[in-house]
Amino acid sequence: MLAHLPVLQVLLPLMAAPLCLFLRRPYLVWIFTLIVSGLAFLISISLLQQVMVSGTIVYEMGGWPGPWGIEYRIDKLSAFLLLIITAMSTVILLAAHTSIQKEIPKSRQIYFYILYLFSFTGMLGIVSTGDVFNVFVFLEISSLSAYALIAMGKDRRALWAAYQYLIMGTIGATFILIGIGLMYQMTGTLNMDDLARRLPEVAQTRTVFAAFAFFIVGVCLKLALFPLHLWLPNAYAYAPSIVTAFLAATATKVAIYLLIRFTFSVFGLSFSFTTLPLQTLFVVLGLIGIFVASTAAIYQKNVKHLFAYSSIAQVGYMIVGYSIGTTMGLMATLLHLFNHALMKSALFLALGAVMYRIGSVQLSSFHGLGRQMPFTMAAIVAGGLSLIGVPLTVGFVSKWYLVLAAIENGWWPVAVLVLLGSLLAIIYVWRIVEAAYFKEPAVATDRVREAPMAFLIPVWLLVAANIYFGVDTRFSVEMAQAAAQSLFGVSP
Amino acid sequence: MMMILGLYNYWIVVGLMMIGLYIVIAQGNLVKKIVGLNIFQTSVFIFYISLSKVDGGTAPILVDGISLYSNPLPHVLILTAIVVSLATTALGLALVVRIKEAYGSIEEEEIQIKDNQEC
Repeated sequence: MLAHLPVLQVLLPLMAAPLCLFLRRPYLVWIFTLIVSGLAFLISISLLQQVMVSGTIVYEMGGWPGPWGIEYRIDKLSAFLLLIITAMSTVILLAAHTSIQKEIPKSRQIYFYILYLFSFTGMLGIVSTGDVFNVFVFLEISSLSAYALIAMGKDRRALWAAYQYLIMGTIGATFILIGIGLMYQMTGTLNMDDLARRLPEVAQTRTVFAAFAFFIVGVCLKLALFPLHLWLPNAYAYAPSIVTAFLAATATKVAIYLLIRFTFSVFGLSFSFTTLPLQTLFVVLGLIGIFVASTAAIYQKNVKHLFAYSSIAQVGYMIVGYSIGTTMGLMATLLHLFNHALMKSALFLALGAVMYRIGSVQLSSFHGLGRQMPFTMAAIVAGGLSLIGVPLTVGFVSKWYLVLAAIENGWWPVAVLVLLGSLLAIIYVWRIVEAAYFKEPAVATDRVREAPMAFLIPVWLLVAANIYFGVDTRFSVEMAQAAAQSLFGVSP
Repeated sequence: MMMILGLYNYWIVVGLMMIGLYIVIAQGNLVKKIVGLNIFQTSVFIFYISLSKVDGGTAPILVDGISLYSNPLPHVLILTAIVVSLATTALGLALVVRIKEAYGSIEEEEIQIKDNQEC
């Protein structure tokens, strides 16, 4: 049983999804989905422990050894990502039943959970697999269900956002497919481990350069790197609140995982960073992304839009850390991956609570909410502080390591720009605080009450995690460090 | 000249790819965009299928006296990708139907104008 955990992790939600149809009643389906997600979380904890003790786990599908068979390969990086995805999904699902009551008609609620489970499966699959074609298939499973989930939004603009995301996402996925095809053409293998051994022999050919270029552009579309981020704000803003929280916490993280996995494990560090000018390109795009997206966030009227733009900026921070190209830089990226998942899920879930009570997340409808929904607003403020990077929150930890990594590498201007970017975050978070605490409530919203417990419990769990991991950084830093070191081939 | 004739399959692939991508970008009609997306994806299928062909190789069935086979793996891979593309097309068209119901139009510009009025 224990030996099959890597594949169970992916199979469990995949098998559970069609079973939801038999349960028929939304409440039962919700409980079922929650249990499945919780089990996946337990499996990921167990996998993480195994990986930390005994190193990389290789699971051969059907007993066929690689490179002929498909293998699942769980190393420290994948185990870390699995933990993030399953933990976020489980906490977010706690609020799902209450949240979708007001956002999705009863007849469609079952399908919501089925799509959710498929999307969840896809993400877990991308992270677990050791086969590049499998990556494409899982990517499409998670993306297709994400398009449908976004289209479930109440507003008709959700449909338009889902359509735009579908076009962009499919172009991205097809680019990845072309990259995989070119790699296969040069090496005759699809196994990541095998590719890593065979690619260096043919590294100086134009075909491999083309494969690399197609792949990177495809992944950057998925992770919403500036200037390929245009699909993201509307998709996040008009999706149902739970979907926004889930995608913001996991989807871009998985794409960043792919970027790291392919550049470090498959193509190899020297190819990605020395042969090609990826480093310069990414640090520039990452920094522009931080400033453009943060500035755009300041001018948004819809708070979900505001945080969606802030997500693009946070992706910029991760890309900057990644492009530094040292263990320290990669560690900062992985830390920010973990920390950003914590803060954005808390923020978007809290927005879900506001949506539940008021039915709108326009900045103007936040007036006076500080007194009407004190706990929800306090959570948004705590999440916002974390986003800015105030000490004692997780945001501070990852920015601290990012600045350290930049300085260690002698990139002073980058460190300064990262800090300046945080100042912009103060402005957009302040706009929400100002609306909620310093403006008089509109007359019509006098009857607004605090959000129900179904929201407060998960939101405050996440806020507590934001503060806990901001003070006690042992777990997250150790994990990020171990994963980064294993990618650089340093024995811990 | 060899560059063009010898590698003609790649020229077809790149040609189709560019046509598809151009349609996706240039057309304002949502259904036409999906048609473009299909052409774009099909070019990748042709790329995979053509690269598995080995000169003089036969179908990969074990027969006495034949030692040169074409590679069957890319075909299998692309079968999966075709299914994915089918699902994408179906979902895309379903979205177009819903957009038509909600907006009364499937032209990008008109939808954008209606959205801007709402904001």
